[in-house]
Amino acid sequence: MTGMTATTGLDPVQDEVRTTPEPRRRPRPTVGKVVAWVVMIVLLLITLFPFYWMLRTALSSNSALYANATSLLPVDFSWGGFERVFGLQTTEEAIAQGGSGASIDFWLYLRNSVIVATVVTACQVFFSAMAAYAFSRLHWKGRNTVFSVFLLSLMVPVIFTLLPNFVLIRDLGLIDTLFGIMLPGLFMTPFAIFFLRQFFMNISTEVEEAALIDGASKVRVFFSLIIPMSVGPIATISILTYIGSWNDYFWPLMVSYTDESRVLTVALGNFNAQTPQTGPDWSGLMAATLVAALPMIALFLVFAKRIVNSIGFSGIK
Amino acid sequence: MALATTTRAGREGRRRRRDDTRLALAFILPATIGLVMFYFWPLLRGIYLSFTSWDLLSPVEFIGGDNYVRMVSDPVFWNAVRVTIQYVVINIGVQTVVALLLAVLMQRLSQSTLMRGLVLTPYLVSNVVAALVFLWILDFQLGIGNQLLEWIGLDRIGFFTTEAWAIPTIALVNVWRHMGYTALLIFAGLQTIPPTMYEAGRIDGASETRMFFGITLPLLRPILGLVLIVSVIGSFQVFDTVAVTTSGGPVDASRVLQVYIYDKAFAQFDFGYASALSVALLIILMVVTFLQYRITRAGQTDLS
Repeated sequence: MTGMTATTGLDPVQDEVRTTPEPRRRPRPTVGKVVAWVVMIVLLLITLFPFYWMLRTALSSNSALYANATSLLPVDFSWGGFERVFGLQTTEEAIAQGGSGASIDFWLYLRNSVIVATVVTACQVFFSAMAAYAFSRLHWKGRNTVFSVFLLSLMVPVIFTLLPNFVLIRDLGLIDTLFGIMLPGLFMTPFAIFFLRQFFMNISTEVEEAALIDGASKVRVFFSLIIPMSVGPIATISILTYIGSWNDYFWPLMVSYTDESRVLTVALGNFNAQTPQTGPDWSGLMAATLVAALPMIALFLVFAKRIVNSIGFSGIK
Repeated sequence: MALATTTRAGREGRRRRRDDTRLALAFILPATIGLVMFYFWPLLRGIYLSFTSWDLLSPVEFIGGDNYVRMVSDPVFWNAVRVTIQYVVINIGVQTVVALLLAVLMQRLSQSTLMRGLVLTPYLVSNVVAALVFLWILDFQLGIGNQLLEWIGLDRIGFFTTEAWAIPTIALVNVWRHMGYTALLIFAGLQTIPPTMYEAGRIDGASETRMFFGITLPLLRPILGLVLIVSVIGSFQVFDTVAVTTSGGPVDASRVLQVYIYDKAFAQFDFGYASALSVALLIILMVVTFLQYRITRAGQTDLS
């Protein structure tokens, strides 16, 4: 497999100009390399095909799907699926096109998802950053002990806390409210604290000391020095939190019962449960999954590099 | 890590003129509220509830270990344990192999952000989205997957509707969603292997396969171990995909532990028993983590 020796594959990720000492011969495609590419392309197809299939089905009309199940392009192009999802069709129209006729309004669920993910992300990251600051740059007795108590919570599987948390939210009278969905996530996650603390610890003390000598308070240092200097990591953890919160299903499923507090994931599950069993409204369902998936894909398009690079060992420790 | 902090804090503390205790307490206050209210308190309350009988409406009644006695002789519980383990084995087995393959391919063929981004895409959509797409792709009548099977001359498969296929199908749907993410974790691990190792291998005339088993795999072991621990813990908690596609059926074929817990709590309002089942899951998770840590020796590295 001489073809592979030219690119060791271990250089830094971006390779605009690779300065290899010896002149590189154009790598000859070897059998091994061709096979490797074929496998890679097959894996990429498996990864991406379902997204295309969502789009293709969402833009087809239900009746045509039955006749042309294998056509790669949308069959009998129609916006009907999206119209049903956003409640733009009358009940009769919806039923005629294969929908359940139940009133669904994804604008509302979209709004709820945006509120939940935004508020949770903003509060959680801010409070976690405050704690991370106290654990990295303030000097106080018991700092390390308290920090290890926080780390202990990494051992508590979130799934175990869901039932008791439901009971607590119920005791507080917050069942079926957006606030009830948001509350457990508002304060912190041990991971966010741990992640931000790592970065805060590495900021040099000199700038901070200069500011302190100029008479700035530690609070001031946090807001006008530490936070601006950590925009990168804060953005990364915010994006990851936002995606996680947006995609969460189990917890909102427990807490929300009516449209008022229904987020997209729960609405999707509900839509699926309501669709006629004998002839499911596939075009509507796929339109709905696209509505739920697109905001995250858009976010990904904007922040791809940051998200991709954030996945490494900080992600699993 | 903890050590480094201690010494640094000690050194700086001596020449600091101010003690920040009050400010620090204010800064950790919100996080502490979250920690106590939504991590430690539910942990204790969950364990307490597992010794009670409670339907959410009448007062909580303490019944000692009755829930656990009942659990030991509950065939659905043992079935759930079996089904969950079956799910984890298929899910983790396939996912690890595919992700390792993807990671090595990415490292050898193209390390571009575009490639890594494409691979990661499924991870960005929710489990519910993944479940619904495959519910459609694998639909018995109209799904393109079954059309394909018929086209190559095989019988159609009721992927979500037959007992034998439900768990493997769900496990593979979740492989689809997570393989890219896992591949990127492993990919990051591959970057830590010094290039000199491969150069030495090549000088000795070792083949790619030889180098994979002789260099890559052994040196990747600690990272692979960590990846496995994290993904196995996640895998045991499977709920979303099952709830959306089969809700535990057909019969109990895909009634994994978490789905059984949810049914007990929210369909039958048997909160005490559901809590006991949760404790069982918690114990299983702890044992599995401990065993894995020991077996993979994830904490140690061969690179020194």
